[in-house]
Amino acid sequence: MFNRDNWKEIFETIQKNKLRTFLSGFTVALGILIFVVLYGFGNGLKNTFNEFFGNDATNVLYLSPGRTTEPYLGYKANRRIEFDNSDLKDIKENFAMFLDYVTPQISRGALAKYGQESDNYSIRAAAPSIQEAEKLILMEGRFINQSDIDNKTKNIVIGRLVKKDLFKGNKALGEFIDLGGSSFRIVGVFQDDGGDREERIIYMSYTSRQRQDKATDKVDQIIIGFKPEIGYAGAMALEKSLNTYFREKKYISPKDPNGMYIRNVTDQLKQNQQFAGVLQIIISFFCIGTLIAGIIGISNIMVFVVKERTKEIGIRKALGATPRSVIGTILLESIFITTISGFIGMMIGVGILTGLGDTLKDYFITDPYIDMGIAIASTIMLIIFGGIAGYIPAKRAADIKPIVALRDE
Amino acid sequence: MAMIEIKDLHKSYQMGSNSLHVLKGINFSVEAGELVAIMGSSGSGKSTLLNILGMLDEANEGSYVLDGVPIKNLNETKAAQYRNKFLGFVFQSFNLINYKTAAENVALPLYYQRMPRKERQEKAIKYLEQVGLKDWATHLPSELSGGQKQRVAIARAMAAEPKVLLADEPTGALDSKTSYEVMDLIQKINDAGNTILVVTHEPDIADMCKRIVHLKDGVIVEDKKVKQVRAAQYV
Repeated sequence: MFNRDNWKEIFETIQKNKLRTFLSGFTVALGILIFVVLYGFGNGLKNTFNEFFGNDATNVLYLSPGRTTEPYLGYKANRRIEFDNSDLKDIKENFAMFLDYVTPQISRGALAKYGQESDNYSIRAAAPSIQEAEKLILMEGRFINQSDIDNKTKNIVIGRLVKKDLFKGNKALGEFIDLGGSSFRIVGVFQDDGGDREERIIYMSYTSRQRQDKATDKVDQIIIGFKPEIGYAGAMALEKSLNTYFREKKYISPKDPNGMYIRNVTDQLKQNQQFAGVLQIIISFFCIGTLIAGIIGISNIMVFVVKERTKEIGIRKALGATPRSVIGTILLESIFITTISGFIGMMIGVGILTGLGDTLKDYFITDPYIDMGIAIASTIMLIIFGGIAGYIPAKRAADIKPIVALRDE
Repeated sequence: MAMIEIKDLHKSYQMGSNSLHVLKGINFSVEAGELVAIMGSSGSGKSTLLNILGMLDEANEGSYVLDGVPIKNLNETKAAQYRNKFLGFVFQSFNLINYKTAAENVALPLYYQRMPRKERQEKAIKYLEQVGLKDWATHLPSELSGGQKQRVAIARAMAAEPKVLLADEPTGALDSKTSYEVMDLIQKINDAGNTILVVTHEPDIADMCKRIVHLKDGVIVEDKKVKQVRAAQYV
């Protein structure tokens, strides 16, 4: 079936039936092209989606103190609630089995000065695990570590844009900058996909901040990273028991909506995932539809091609073509055409996607792409189904008695 | 030993609920080197007989032995191989493949004999030369006249060097001058020792053969040797 002579015969047939070749090739190429582009657009949509919602960790609870609006157990309303280091310790002790990490956060603004350059930045004091909660990517040096916490060091980690603003491309690591009147050493530089604002932040150890703030042990906010495997229900349960625990500890009425707040992004996570899931289903639906349409298109063309060649098949059989050689010739021809045009269509599709890049960002399509594996797999699938679709009419044609095939006009 | 030996051949076609009995017991044999005309009016069963002889169709009953090989219960693959090895076909409507040149058409049966390409091409040219169309080797059938097409078809049938040449109304689509040219060619091929069966309904064509078998309503009514009229005198 694979000798050179057969291929020559097939190439001749292809060459001399240009319209037929073009039509079937075009169908296949177009099918794959549309599939690849649609699939790529789908991925582009997901990219946009992730860019909007995916820049912070989602297995996180944020505990913030508020101001009571109801009197409770002898305490008056309008009392200010505060969190401190003991709360961190209590969480670690009482909820250990759910926890990945716990970090406080104290946010301040401060004027940062280095040489002639100065600007106002948001300063966040926290524990090392804030890096995980904020998904910070370290570019240089190190992040705040346990030793910074224990020793209350005046080490800071600055955002990429802070470095750009103050150092203008010069080395920042190891340099000292002035933050609100005292000097801090830069030990690291980070970047964050969350946008420019997220990269104009300076991180320091919360113990160091507390010492600066006249040896207080107060924290602004507590960030709790829970184990992702506890799932949505587990996160909701954790939120509930944290709420009960702190309302008891801080004497806040269970009915007071303002005494303290817990922000649970799992809710958001669930919504996001649902949305992404629906998006995925819609995209898959379109893609499978396109692929099926492509397969049907090829099948139609194959039926047409075989029908058109019935008489030729009859002649060939009268001259001694065996059914096997008839089927083989038709199949090899169709597989050859589908393979070549399929891969051309695929490459054009991939080319279009690559060329588009960010140009469709206004339409929520960012960096559309397709995994080469999926592109090739779907092309091969189309080829296989084209082959099957070709085999059935070819087999039928090969089984027709030559006398019947010869009579076909 | 006879080249073709058929005994008590029956063929009927199923037409819906009733069956049409076309061949009703044909007994007939052909020696090597004969040129036989099979005559009969339309519906007499002559084409059916030729199709069965050509293994393009199958008989319901009876035996058929071709050059000592019983032709029975052939599957399509075997039939194709036998056709390729034993038989050459010439049809009324030429049946050339329209996107192949004259030479490629002639070479096609050789392709199915798995003959190497170069040899095939040389042989195709040789046979085209024999039918006087060497200069037309690279032309497509659409560029040839009817007579030329039939000569290409004859060259194609002969290229495989078959035991028997079967011609179904070979002159049916040609004017009389061209018909005689084609018959002249067939006579020359027969002169070279080839066995040929010609189905025709034209008496003048039949007279150019050496033996005439008359079919009527599915049986042989007459089988006689005739004095061959040479076609060359009309060309």
